[in-house]
Amino acid sequence: MNFFALLTIALPALGSAVTFAGGRDRRHVKFWSVAPIAAALFCSLVVQVAHGTGGTSTAVTELAPAGQYTVWLGTRVTGLSALVGILVTVVALCVQVFSLTYMKDEKRYPTYAALISLFTAAMLLVVYSADLIVLLVGWEVMGACSYFLIGHYWERADARSGSIKAFLVTKTGDVPFLFGIAALGVRTGSFRIDDVLHSIAANGLPYAPFIASLLLCGVIGKSAQFPLHTWLPDAMAGPTPISALIHAATMVAAGIYVVALLYPVFLFAPGVLTAMAVIAAITMTGAALAAFAQTDIKKVLAYSTVSQLAYMLGGLAVGGRAAAVFHLLTHGAFKALLFLAAGVIIHRVGSNELSEMGGLRHRMPWTYRTMTVGLAALVGVPLLSGWFSKEAILGAAWDADGQFAAAGKIVLVSGLITVGLTAAYATRLWLKMFWGPFPLAHPDDHRVEAPQTELVPLLVLAVPAALLGFVALGGGAFESWIGDSFGHALPATAGTDLRPAGLTTLLALLMSVLGAGVVWNSWRQDPAADPARLLGRWRETALYAFYLDDVQDLIIVQPAKALARMVGFLDTEVVDAYVRGAGVGARGLGGLLRRVQTGNIQLYLTALFTGVIVIAAVFAGQVR
Amino acid sequence: MHAAYPLLLGALLFAIGLYGVLARRNAITVLMAIELLLNAVTINLVAFGSLIRDRYNVGQVFTLFIITIAAAETGLGLAIVLMIFRQRGSADIDAQRLLAEPLRGPTDETEPSVRPSAATGVESGAAR
Repeated sequence: MNFFALLTIALPALGSAVTFAGGRDRRHVKFWSVAPIAAALFCSLVVQVAHGTGGTSTAVTELAPAGQYTVWLGTRVTGLSALVGILVTVVALCVQVFSLTYMKDEKRYPTYAALISLFTAAMLLVVYSADLIVLLVGWEVMGACSYFLIGHYWERADARSGSIKAFLVTKTGDVPFLFGIAALGVRTGSFRIDDVLHSIAANGLPYAPFIASLLLCGVIGKSAQFPLHTWLPDAMAGPTPISALIHAATMVAAGIYVVALLYPVFLFAPGVLTAMAVIAAITMTGAALAAFAQTDIKKVLAYSTVSQLAYMLGGLAVGGRAAAVFHLLTHGAFKALLFLAAGVIIHRVGSNELSEMGGLRHRMPWTYRTMTVGLAALVGVPLLSGWFSKEAILGAAWDADGQFAAAGKIVLVSGLITVGLTAAYATRLWLKMFWGPFPLAHPDDHRVEAPQTELVPLLVLAVPAALLGFVALGGGAFESWIGDSFGHALPATAGTDLRPAGLTTLLALLMSVLGAGVVWNSWRQDPAADPARLLGRWRETALYAFYLDDVQDLIIVQPAKALARMVGFLDTEVVDAYVRGAGVGARGLGGLLRRVQTGNIQLYLTALFTGVIVIAAVFAGQVR
Repeated sequence: MHAAYPLLLGALLFAIGLYGVLARRNAITVLMAIELLLNAVTINLVAFGSLIRDRYNVGQVFTLFIITIAAAETGLGLAIVLMIFRQRGSADIDAQRLLAEPLRGPTDETEPSVRPSAATGVESGAAR
């Protein structure tokens, strides 16, 4: 089984290498970008089936033993990693198939396909890695790949700045994360995840709040949480399938996954859990409000991702590890679906702007149907996947007590508010895209449906987006699949019951009906106007995401630039002064010497003779 | 014979030669003075050779070499002087200053004033 996990990592990496090396023959590129990931999907399914509800299985080999700490190459399969591995390969396969036609006119398609495969391999490395250092390698490779892919259209200024921003902002979190990993490894005596968890279970963890907050920095950078979320909306400058990959399965999921993986570390730091809840609360409501005001459909979805990731973080903050992982899986399915569908629409309409869309339900019936499923799952329409997972998180927040009590209240209140806001922005998106008149008079009003390779991934993803939630009806079965946070097997009877029940479900339903109803009412009154006008004079503020970019610009970017200018000044005016001085001085001395070169040979000879006499005199003096 | 005599003779010849090389203007006189310098050296070589009772007579061997080379050198020098005289009508050694460094700087002080400007990227606005 561990061998298959290894294969799952290696196959996309191989595909990437072959695609990179293989030149520009499109058929070759298409085969090597899709086939290895399809095989990896098969392998990840084998891993899941073979693993079942077992505890942990690890197979490692020591890498170059040197010094006190060793790095272990190998795979570690738990229920958690098996499930997330399937999510990653499914979404990556859908994205690669989708890209076959979506990106076929791109001249850099081979590079793009190879980078997606590498991205997938890096995420799978994070998922299956048995060692924290190896996990960090995958984590950083993902950062680099996201930089390249967001900057795919590097001819455009927004893509360049977006990719650099994504890289720098996530790195801001990655530096504390690196220190956190180091501190964790030193405190527990090993970087092997099994050993780390065993050590924590046996001896506890000294300095847990310190380590947990360092790790949390990396998580909020990677998973785009306040205040490091600003890179995600700007990452929309990349191609749409990339957004689907980053938002659903790879980059942002990695942060949540790491928290779930190292959950015992966080359990030892209740203060950090409360901070996590506050961050999640700020992020989920703020991002949902920002999503409501955006005019670019990709940015609506981007802020929606930020908001939904905050749900997962909130779920983790209140002790609902299984609920958060459940939401990670369902969100991966429906958000990948939403992004791919949005990509279809953007290609057919030729614009990202919501104001240029409308009435698309007749023109693109299948896109309409699948996207409706995705949006309904996002809102939490009962019986769809998003409903179950969101209820699980809200239920966990409701049930939170003991050390989670404070965090539970914060997450519950903000979660319920956000349910309403989510319903509002999803309804707005749905109505403005698919209903009402098409704003631009189009000569032929016939169907402009997407080609088959783009529709098949949509349909494939619509199935889990709709049905994945029924897993929750198994009660504790889901948690027994993913195992407990120490990697031990968990009987189904001991797992947390994820079934939606009680007051939270009722309140959440009420909130979503309210949110959707208000927007629908506004749309009924004037179908041409944007329901975002409901925000009134706060609309502008929400559109610019509460001017957080400007604040960060003022607090961080401008001082950094000023510092850079100062360093530049020191370099050109102070350091270079010495360099230039050396040049000027040498030239001046040369000028003096030049005066001696009169061309009179007898003068030279006289100087030579004098020199000989001086040397002879000195020598004679020394000898004596 | 006392060793001082040949050494004194050598020193005297060397001084005369040095004076000729450093102070005379006529190129031919300078050449002759160089011969005097060489001869002073050869006398010293022979004198020291016998003074230290050298078994292999290296001093005398070198003297023979120097005489040979001096002949070749003088021939070459006279040829050069002849060429200079034919070209310039004078063999005055003070006037031959072609190899002097000009006091104005050489041409390497000019720097490239035009730098290649960064190519501006093509901005395309297609929907993504």
